[in-house]
Amino acid sequence: MAKVYKMYGISISPRFRGPWTLLKKEMLRFWRVGFQTVAAPVITALLYLLIFSHVLAGHVQVYQDVPYTTFLIPGLIMMSVLQNAFANSSSSLIQSKVMGNLIFVLLTPLTHFEFFIAFLCAAIIRGLSVGLCIYLVAMWVVDIHVLHPWMMIAFALLGSALLGAFGIIAGIWADRFDQMAVFQNFIIMPLSFLSGVFYSIHSLPPFWQKVSQLNPFFYMIDGFRYGFFGQGDISPWVSLLIVGTSFLVLALITLKMLKSGYKLRT
Amino acid sequence: MTPAIRIDNIHKHFGNLHALKGIDLTIAQGEFFALLGPNGAGKSTLIGILAGLIKPSAGDVSVMGFDVVNQYQQARQLLGIVPQELVFDPFFNVREMLRFQAGYFGRGPENDAWVDEILEGLGLTDKAHTNMRKLSGGMKRRALIAQALAHKPPVIVLDEPTAGVDVELRQMLWEFIKKLNRDGHTIILTTHYLEEAETLCSRVGMMKQGEIVALDSTANLLNKFAAKKLRLTLGEVVLPVEILTMLRSQEKGIFTFALSDMAQIELVLAALRGANIKVLDMQLNEADLEDVFLSLVGQHHG
Repeated sequence: MAKVYKMYGISISPRFRGPWTLLKKEMLRFWRVGFQTVAAPVITALLYLLIFSHVLAGHVQVYQDVPYTTFLIPGLIMMSVLQNAFANSSSSLIQSKVMGNLIFVLLTPLTHFEFFIAFLCAAIIRGLSVGLCIYLVAMWVVDIHVLHPWMMIAFALLGSALLGAFGIIAGIWADRFDQMAVFQNFIIMPLSFLSGVFYSIHSLPPFWQKVSQLNPFFYMIDGFRYGFFGQGDISPWVSLLIVGTSFLVLALITLKMLKSGYKLRT
Repeated sequence: MTPAIRIDNIHKHFGNLHALKGIDLTIAQGEFFALLGPNGAGKSTLIGILAGLIKPSAGDVSVMGFDVVNQYQQARQLLGIVPQELVFDPFFNVREMLRFQAGYFGRGPENDAWVDEILEGLGLTDKAHTNMRKLSGGMKRRALIAQALAHKPPVIVLDEPTAGVDVELRQMLWEFIKKLNRDGHTIILTTHYLEEAETLCSRVGMMKQGEIVALDSTANLLNKFAAKKLRLTLGEVVLPVEILTMLRSQEKGIFTFALSDMAQIELVLAALRGANIKVLDMQLNEADLEDVFLSLVGQHHG
C-alpha cells in the first residue's frame, strides 16, 4: 500500500501521467502476486538447471571451455524472460476482459500508443525481473561471466518487448482462458523448448538445423547467450537484426489492432 | 452555451440489426436528464457511443463541443461513465482504484482532496483500504460510481445505477447525485425505475426500438399523455368495447384506465352502467411516468 503513495512522489508531467499510471498499475498487479509471477518461474528455471546439468554434465560439451551447466544458464534465463513477458501482458488483458474491468481503461483519454507502451513496459519489466532473479541465484551456484553486457541487455530488452507485444495481441484476440492456453501450450512452449535452450543447434541433423532457423526464439536465445560467452551458433548481428525486425513488425500489428479497437470497441 | 451532449442523427447497425435509427438529442449543461426505454431500445448502445466503446455507423456525437470520435481525448476527459455491469479489479483496494482512475486522466496528488470527498459522499471512507473483491454488492456499486467521478467530470452518465440496489442505498446515491447536479454537473441517467426519473429529472427522453419516441420536460410529458389514473374494482367482467382504448392494465378484477381529462370519467362510468357492470371500488390517482411510458411504448405494438 505504502508503495503506491511513494510512487506518487515521483514527479511526472501531467501529460505523461496517464500512461505512467497504467504502467504503475500493471507493475503493481504482478508484484501483488509476486510469488506466482516472479518466484514461481525462478524456481522452475532452477529445477531445469538442477536436473539437466545433473543428467547431461560430462555428456554434452557445446562450446570449448564452457561447461554444460554454465552453457545452460543464459538459455534458461532468456527462456524465462520471454515466457514471463508474454504471460504478463496476455494474462493481464484476458483477465481484465473476462472480469470486465478493462472498461476502466477504455473509458479514459489514453491513446492506443500510450496503452501499448504501458502494457509493453510492464511486460518487459516482469520478464527482466524474473531473468535477473535467476541470474542472481545462478551466480551462487556456477561461475559465470558476461563478456558482452550490452549485447546481452539488447537481446533481453528486444526479446521481452517482442514477447510482450505478442502477449498483447494474444490478450486482445482471446476471449476465454482456454483460448489463451492454446497460445501458451501450442506456440510459446514448443518454440521456447525447441530454440536451443538445452543444446546447440549444431548438434542437430541438417534438416532440424534449418527448421530451428525458422524459430524466432532461436535468435533471441543464441544472441543472448553470445552476450555471455562471445560465441554462438550464428552471428549475433544477424540475430539482432532478425529479432529487431520481428519486434517492429509485431509492434506495428499490435498498434494497428489497438487503433482499430479490434475486439475492444464494437 | 455549448451543450453538454449533442447527438446528431446517430445510426448504429449491428449486422442486420438497425439498433439506432437516427437519434437526435441535445442535453444542456446542468441538466438532470433521464433516458428511459425497455430492454433492447438502444439506450446502452447510445451510451456506448458516447463513451467511445461503440463506433457509430453514421452521425456525430459531441461532449461539451468535442467530437467523441475525432477529439476523443478531450471528450472523454469531460465525461464520467458509470457502467451498468458490476465490474471491479480484484487486485486493488478502493482508494488505489480511485487514484489510478484519476491518474489515467492525468490527475495526480492534487486530486486527492476530491477523492476523499467522493469517498465521504458515497459512504466509502471506511472501505477505502478494503480490497474491491471483499466489498458487498452495494459497496461495489458505490465504488463503481466513485471511479467514474474520480477525475471530476462535468458530465456524468449513469447507466442503470440503481439496478439491484437496496432502498436505503438508492436514497443515498440520489442525494449524492442531486448534490453533484446542484454543483453544476450535468447528469444523464438510464433507469428502469420510472419513479426515480420522475422525482429527479427535469427532462426525459423515451426510447423504443432505436428511436426517441418522446422528449420533453417531465411535467409536460405527464400532462400531455395522461392526466389521471382511474382504478376501478369491478370483479370478473367483460368490459364494453368503447372504453378498451383507455384501459392500461387489468389484474384480479381491478382495472386501471388512463384519462386525458376529467370528463372521461363520466364516459367510463356511463359505459359500465350501460353494460350493467357494478363498480365495487374506485380510486382516482395522478398519472406517473409509467403511464406515459406504457402509453408510448404500448401504442406502437402492432
